[in-house]
Amino acid sequence: MKIEEVPQDDGYLKDTNLRDIYYALDNDGKYRQVASTGWTPKTEALNLTWELISEEAETIRQDVLAGRKSPLAYHMAMRLFTVGILASYSGISRKIIKKHMQPKGFERIDGATLAKYAVAMNMSIEELKKLDG
Amino acid sequence: MKIDFKHNPGAHCESGVTVNMLRFYGVAISEPLALGIGAGLFFSYMPFIHLHGMPVFSFRSLPGHIFSRVMKHLGIKVNKRRFLNRGASMQALDKLLEKGIPVGVVVGVFYLTYFPKEYRFHFNAHNLCVIGKEDDVYTVSDPVSLTLNELSAADLLRVRFAKGTYPPMGKMYWVKHPPAVTPNLKKAILNGIKHNCKRMLDIPIPYFGVKGIYLLAKHLRRWEQRLGERKAALCLAQVVRMLEEIGTGGAGFRYMYAAFLQEAAAILNNPAYLRFSDDMTSIGDLWRDFACEAARRFKNRNDQLCTYEQLSEKLTQIADREKNLFSRIRQHIS
Repeated sequence: MKIEEVPQDDGYLKDTNLRDIYYALDNDGKYRQVASTGWTPKTEALNLTWELISEEAETIRQDVLAGRKSPLAYHMAMRLFTVGILASYSGISRKIIKKHMQPKGFERIDGATLAKYAVAMNMSIEELKKLDG
Repeated sequence: MKIDFKHNPGAHCESGVTVNMLRFYGVAISEPLALGIGAGLFFSYMPFIHLHGMPVFSFRSLPGHIFSRVMKHLGIKVNKRRFLNRGASMQALDKLLEKGIPVGVVVGVFYLTYFPKEYRFHFNAHNLCVIGKEDDVYTVSDPVSLTLNELSAADLLRVRFAKGTYPPMGKMYWVKHPPAVTPNLKKAILNGIKHNCKRMLDIPIPYFGVKGIYLLAKHLRRWEQRLGERKAALCLAQVVRMLEEIGTGGAGFRYMYAAFLQEAAAILNNPAYLRFSDDMTSIGDLWRDFACEAARRFKNRNDQLCTYEQLSEKLTQIADREKNLFSRIRQHIS
């Protein structure tokens, strides 16, 4: 790939100080470092991944509204926390987390446990209890 | 206090940290050279391990290998440590910083504050170099960033003890003894190339090296029938993301490796490597082409112009080319 072919498609890195660094050929056929703001196929791959994540989270949101699951399940899906990941961040056992992902279990969580979940997912207890966000 | 450490952006986090650290100790090598000496070019496809419900693809060797191999081949002694105790991990870091030693740390990106939200997955093998501390704020040199970044002690602690697949457990590494003699680059380069040929061609199980590319080609052909349209598209997107994920230098390290072969030609004074470099560049172009077509496929599901069948053909072609190239390089060396 030549230097002028390095894509500058303004992906998600555009507004940060991060860049994709490419190695590309200059006019003398020598490799050089070139900073890129993004490439559309890659951004599309990222978008598709997030689209499917939000679709899954939306299904869970509907389940919560219908009383089949607890808000904890929704927040986990939004943040890509599997039961395993949440268990290791919070120190709460998988079995108990699964219980708390059900509406009945969620109602009975004590304050200390709620705080542990909130810290693990970097949100406030109020946010954790609600559905949005 | 802040260590006088020159931050240079790099394509890849691990080779970037390695190169910046080496420069601090007076060994100036380029990032492609680090990739080549570290035998960092690879391919693996592991359909039996799942991350976010998808098989794992990778275009690089295991995290940590590039650093270890480069340091070993250049004859530089390093130290590595992991921690069970969070507090101890920060104390150990501070102690080294006070001595003026830059420290590489492995972190998870999910809570890495200066990363854009869209990039924050539970990925736990990102590398950065801590180079200073002022009150409770650490200065870090992250190769994928154009400039230095800052992290509060709490944020740094959180990413060093990220959880999920392969938790970093506060892993940190630093140079124990700076090199006494100028390292023998020629020998290191030849060793790196030999090792890379071996890894691409000789691993006797079908998931790694060119065998892995053939296996992916074979599986990908039937993804749509086996996994359904949605899941297949997601897997395809995953391949593209890993190929072009921040930190590959383009085309899953293939361009960076071509840059390495070009530099090797000059250092070894052997023009044959220029031809190998050209070949690697065109293989990189084929990977980019594959990514373009794949994106077309997962974006427009009714596109009859590129099917999974055709994508699989492309991959087979790439595997043939890589097999051929590494075989020729090996023949040339021996």
